Amino acid sequence: MEKFNVLHSTAVPLPIENIDTDQIIPARFLKATSREGFGENLFRDWRYDSSGQPNKKFVLNDSRFQGQVLVAGKNFGCGSSREHAAWALFDAGFKVVISSYFADIFRGNALNNGLLPLQVEDSVLERLLKQIEEDPGTEFIIDLPAEQLYVPAWEQRIPFEIDSYKKECLLNGYDDIDYLVSQKEAIEAFEKNRVWVY
Amino acid sequence: MKKKTLFDKVWDAHVVRSLPGGQDVFYIDKHLIHEVTSPQAFEELENRGLSLFRRNQIVATADHNVPTRNQHLPIQEPLSRSQVDRLTENCEKHGVSLYGLGHPYQGIVHVIGPELGITQPGMTMVCGDSHTSTHGAFGAIAFGIGTSQVAQVMASQCLLLSRPKRMRITVEGDLRPGVTAKDLILFIIASLGTGGATGYFVEYAGSAIRSLSMEGRMTVCNMSIEMGARGGMIAPDETTFSYLKDRPFAPQGEQWEKAVAYWETLYSDEDAQFEVEYHFNAASVTPMITYGTNPGMGISLNASVPQKVKASEQASFEKSLQYMGFAPGESLLGKPVDYVFIGSCTNSRIEDLRLVANYVQGKKKASHVEAIVVPGSKQVEEQAKAEGLDKILAEAGFELREPGCSACLAMNEDKIPAGAYCVSTSNRNFEGRQGPGSRTLLASPLVAAVSAVEGKITDISQYLS
Repeated sequence: MEKFNVLHSTAVPLPIENIDTDQIIPARFLKATSREGFGENLFRDWRYDSSGQPNKKFVLNDSRFQGQVLVAGKNFGCGSSREHAAWALFDAGFKVVISSYFADIFRGNALNNGLLPLQVEDSVLERLLKQIEEDPGTEFIIDLPAEQLYVPAWEQRIPFEIDSYKKECLLNGYDDIDYLVSQKEAIEAFEKNRVWVY
Repeated sequence: MKKKTLFDKVWDAHVVRSLPGGQDVFYIDKHLIHEVTSPQAFEELENRGLSLFRRNQIVATADHNVPTRNQHLPIQEPLSRSQVDRLTENCEKHGVSLYGLGHPYQGIVHVIGPELGITQPGMTMVCGDSHTSTHGAFGAIAFGIGTSQVAQVMASQCLLLSRPKRMRITVEGDLRPGVTAKDLILFIIASLGTGGATGYFVEYAGSAIRSLSMEGRMTVCNMSIEMGARGGMIAPDETTFSYLKDRPFAPQGEQWEKAVAYWETLYSDEDAQFEVEYHFNAASVTPMITYGTNPGMGISLNASVPQKVKASEQASFEKSLQYMGFAPGESLLGKPVDYVFIGSCTNSRIEDLRLVANYVQGKKKASHVEAIVVPGSKQVEEQAKAEGLDKILAEAGFELREPGCSACLAMNEDKIPAGAYCVSTSNRNFEGRQGPGSRTLLASPLVAAVSAVEGKITDISQYLS
């Protein structure tokens, strides 16, 4: 997993609530058997029309908006458990998604892939979206060690929360699997001492 | 002793160790896998030089990509075929039981687990699929995971998890005639919203829940994820035990007695604390239908699309209605229907098929409607044929297909064309879910059957008895 520390970037606004993982990556693109290449189909049905031409109204086709940060409406990533959604966002160059609420499975999938789901208050989200619309060049500094989102244009630091273990994983680029495998003896002992065994 | 919820009793029995940061090394009893979310996990395992930790606790099936016609022939679509072939290769290589195409146990992962007795009370179960919450109907902790977690469970039979918060939804009273478990869960989701239970594990309780069949309970738990819940569960009782008795993988003989004795301890203690509680009256639930592009956008069949919503939701609301071709304040009654899909892990079980067949017997579907019925498993298909439901359906112009996820998410050939309206018994009405540009209206199997016969959205109160 790629390490995450401090990111300086402009951002892309997507002010829609309840964006489900079927929109992030539609089911028909889940047929690959590797993790690569999902970025080109990120938001496929919003990004392209039915003839495959880019939809000029969609923000990813609007050259004013660039960056490694996606700022999206409340309850981002609801629906399917497909980790392909996190892979597609990461593959398309996003390192952070800011929203005022994330669906549980998406949050976990993002964190397991070096993509930071950064949750802010509804009011902050509204201000961020307005700021980007007004000045697409607005810089954001996401400081994971300090757990702060810094908006230089506002001269304001906005704290965010992240599980301390997940923070360590992101900072160091490691994931749960190594730790779980290291627990083999404890797991075997648990299996032997169970009250009811299935 | 501290009062415990059902959820806590099952959770506590599966904690290998608790870490100082609040996470638990959490043991998984059964791991269900399918072709879509497992290939990258097998690859991850191999890249790290790891083998399966407990291959006997994994059950595999092919469901998302499989065709619903001519399953005896090779899969036509190359990418689907390749994904199913990869699953077969991985299962052979790693010694995992696979109920693939051609096997009498093949079917949707959340249908075969319960019908084979693999799903049991007090278990922990995971699958790389959000509707794993279905299995909670048995009093199991069951939830969907991402592919990285699939690899973790393969490598260690465990996950690192923080304990979710607990919510209880109590429904008292009797459901009215013609009102099904599907209507009940659509009603609850419409009340709480798609993010209304995010961060929570839900226990469903109350007399209305207790009086549901196992299949009805599965429908309710299945859609817990649609309000953001990690999972849903229902305390096991006699209904649960009699459903499980003598199923192929259920405990037998003396083991059965011991199992039931343990399962009978699985309920929330009186005065156990939930972080959030909701109460609903079953009598206030009516047949439901969705008008928008998430499962929370549901209304009573006879009601109108809302006039307006909260300011923050306005943009999404308008986008949704534009996609669906509906207007604020409009009634859906009389809207023409192009397709009817009866199937998916929500409503593809034998009771659903019986309900549909019972209604359509002696009737004909409207000529402009394409109506397909996709059983959840080979066993459901066989049983439907044994009961003669296939003939009743055929005479009414409904086509009984072969099992799989089918038009629920359109990974196979069963797609709804752009702009067409489909009344579907599945669980998601997201934009493009049933095919690019498709428009989905979620409803119960009964509402779906009536829609097919009438050719339009119809007030079903005249059919209720």
